[in-house]
This record gives sequence, structure tokens and C-alpha cells, in this order.
Amino acid sequence: MIEKDINSFEQLYKACNIANVAIYKVAQTREAYLSEKTELEVRKTVKRSLDAMKAAIKSGLKSNELSLSGMCGADCEKLQKRFSSKGAIFGKTFEKITTYALATSEENLRMGVIVACPTAGSCGIVPSVLVAAAEDFNISEEDQINALITAGEIGRIISNKVALAGAVAGCQAECGVASAMAAGALTQMRGGSIKQIFNAVALAMKNLLGLTCDPVCGLVEIPCVKRNAFLAIHAVTASELALAGIESKIPLDEIIDALEQTGKLMSPTLKESSQAGLAKTKTAITLENRLFKK
Amino acid sequence: MAQSSFIDIITPVMVGPSSSHTAGAVRLGLLARNVYDAKPHKITFRLYNSYAQTGFGHGTDKGLLAGVLGLSVDDKRIRNVFDLPEAKLIAYEFEYLEDFNRHPNAVDFIFEGDLNMFVAGDSVGAGEVVIRKINDFTVKFTGKFNTLLLVYRDVPGMISRVTKLIQERNINIASLHCDRYAKGEEASMCICLDGELDEEILKLIEGIENLYLVRYVKKLEQ
Repeated sequence: MIEKDINSFEQLYKACNIANVAIYKVAQTREAYLSEKTELEVRKTVKRSLDAMKAAIKSGLKSNELSLSGMCGADCEKLQKRFSSKGAIFGKTFEKITTYALATSEENLRMGVIVACPTAGSCGIVPSVLVAAAEDFNISEEDQINALITAGEIGRIISNKVALAGAVAGCQAECGVASAMAAGALTQMRGGSIKQIFNAVALAMKNLLGLTCDPVCGLVEIPCVKRNAFLAIHAVTASELALAGIESKIPLDEIIDALEQTGKLMSPTLKESSQAGLAKTKTAITLENRLFKK
Repeated sequence: MAQSSFIDIITPVMVGPSSSHTAGAVRLGLLARNVYDAKPHKITFRLYNSYAQTGFGHGTDKGLLAGVLGLSVDDKRIRNVFDLPEAKLIAYEFEYLEDFNRHPNAVDFIFEGDLNMFVAGDSVGAGEVVIRKINDFTVKFTGKFNTLLLVYRDVPGMISRVTKLIQERNINIASLHCDRYAKGEEASMCICLDGELDEEILKLIEGIENLYLVRYVKKLEQ
């Protein structure tokens, strides 16, 4: 039987348990059925995204070209230089995750090709964690695809309740959800159980509730680019805690309810309208004046 | 609840920097291009609200033009679209407006040429778009389904004549939206389909009396 009405994590858990399969299997079967494709075709689409993520990292690592506004674009290069002379305190994988996240985000703002995952502003989080972990832990391509499907399914279920858009629910619904997706994907890659995956998502998500979207000059640049590196590492913390058996005391579906409510209560001035917060700091206003004059 | 797809969450592969302001703009342009389906002499793009305010740094203008020229969301040429030979063959301009009755990311396309047409749409987040208006008619389609658009004289039996032809091909209708200007005057039909229409059935549909405009807008690639 194909379970197509999966709109909550509880329903997803049940569907996995009944069929005794992993999240990615339930998700790809459902997707194939609804889109009238084979599961292999669904996986091909996922592979296309995975390949594009790797290509974006590759070209992002090589460029220091600035964005249209000229405000960002050269930080990945700085980080790589630092790591080539002085290793990061947390080791090689930390170096990779942070540089890959910056590489992807900077590639995005210079109008390079990236994967919106779930959005363009949050495009560095899932790829950096997934690709760095795949390289350092020798994860096969099939298992990388499984992890990316897991990330997508997590995002899909959240999106049933909350539109994944800063203008609707703030950055908690963009970079926040991306971090939760990455936490789930990493936990899947490292052999975590469904419960552990859910706990990783829950722990990542609940520690980002309330994150506002207050971009300087209304552009996907400040603070978005660097936030990608921070929230990629945030996802790793959530995954490690969950793999240790640490549980979220609040069930995942209830955290998503809280995400939805927080998004509704968040002032519209802090939801991608650049009318408050960082966007209205003295320096931001100066930058804005300079940019609009151009 | 609409059945969501996890593929939507991990796509599109797109030119940055913004899913709503860049990829969404390209998609709106692509849909408007296919609705117009003629060679325009001039296109006026009206950008509203957030599209007007932050469009410049997001390449929204580039995205809209790229879409109208038929470039896909992952086409690297979007960056330099103003310099493309195709772009130099048509006149275009951008207007920046505020109207809080409209969506934060709303756009109008005004096509002028042998055929004049007005198309309006919104970029509703994560690269998803909706076309809301064609000329005076309310429509609703997203580019996720193959869509048949008809403008016709409001006479009895039009819906059944069209849907019968679709049914005979065993194609399922996902949604159907009708609107009319006034009784007996112009009316519109917007049919989203699970399957695909071939040339033959399109010819049969075009042969139905009282039709003013027929457009078959194919779904957008992921």
C-alpha cells in the first residue's frame, strides 16, 4: 500500500514503521506514485540536485568575485587561506563544512548556479554538511541521495504547516529549516534510527525558533551568507546529540506548531521587509543610501 | 490539503541569489511568454512592492526578461541577459510601483505587438509562482501542470465541449477555473491537466466555435 497522506512527522513515523523501511524509501515511493514516475526517475532528479550542489561548491571555492551590490563575495577565500596555514580547532570536517557553506552562498549571490534547498538564501547549509560528511566518511552516492531525499521529506512536512519563506515566517523558516533538514540528513548518513533523525531535526529546529529575516538593503547577503556557515555547524551539533540518544522533550510536530505560531507572531518588520533589526542599524542605513545612489 | 512534493524542497537548480526574486521571476517570465505566444514589439514589466524595492540587487529585472526570452532558471546567461542578442531585438522597460493590495512579489507583463496582452502573476515563495490574471480575466495556474487556457464567448455548453475532448483521451483534469466578463460576453477557462495534450486534440479544441483565444502552456521543468 502506498501511503500518500503524510502531513506530519507522526504520520511519517507510522508509515515507516508499517512498511519497516527508512524515511527516504517511504518518501520516494510516495513521490513516484504522485508524480507518475518510477522511483529510479525520482532518484535521478535528486541526483541532479546533488550534482549541482557539488558543482556550486567547486566553483564557489575558486571565486572571490563580489555580488551585484559589492557587499559580499570574498569571505570563502579568506577562510580557505586561514585553514591552509592554521587548521580549524574542530578538524578537517569542520573546515570543509564552513568553507563549503560560504562557497555555495557566495556563488549564489554572484548569480552562479545553486540549488534552492529549501531556498536560495539558505542554499549553503544542506550541501555543505552532506558533501563534507560524504567525503570524510566515505559515503556512497546512493547513500548521499538517500540523505538528500530524507532532507527533502523533512522540509516537505514542515512546509505543509509553514511556508518556507522569510517573508511569511522569518529566517527560522529558511536557514532554520535548512539546518533541521541538514541535521536529519547527516543523522541518516551516519546510520541513525528514524527516532534519532527526528530528534536531530527537533533539536536543530527548536534552537532556531524566533530567528528573524532582517537582511541589510533587502538583499540575500548580510547576514545570510555567514549565517549559512553557522547553521551548518548547528546541524552537526544537533545530529551528534541525537546520535548519542539525547531526545527532544518536545515532540517534533509540536515544535513545528511552535515554528508556525512564532512566524505568525513575528512582526512583519522582521520578515524580509528590511524595516527593523540589522537592516535598520546605522551602518545598514549608510550602506543602503550608498547602494540606492548608484 | 494539496499534496506536496519533497522534490520541490530540494530544487530548483537555479541561478541565484533569490528563489522568489530571481528564479520566481524567471518562471513568471516563462509562463507569461507561453501565454502570450507571439512576437512582441515591446514589453513593459511592472514590478510591485518587494520586487520593486529589492529587485535591483536580486537580479529580478534580469530574471523577468530572461524568462520572457525563454531562458530556464539554471541558465548561466541570466547574469548578462541585457547583453544577449535576443534581448537587443525587442524594446522593454521596467516600472517600479507600490500597491499593498497586491502580493509583495507581484509583477505585470504588458505585451505590445500584433497582439496586445496583459498578464499578471505573483512569486509566492521558494521559487513557486502563480499567474493570476490574463487581460481582464482571473485565472490561477502555477506552471506545475500542463494548462489549457481558453477565452471564448459565454454560451451554454462550452465547458462540456472542451472537457469531453479531454475525457476522450483519458486525461485527468486536476483543476478547472472559469470566469466571465458578463453574461453572453467574453469568458475564460483555465484547465490544469495531469496528462499532456497532443497536436491533434489541440486542433480539435481550436475547431470549437466561439473561441477567441486558445493557449496550451506546458508545465515548467523542475
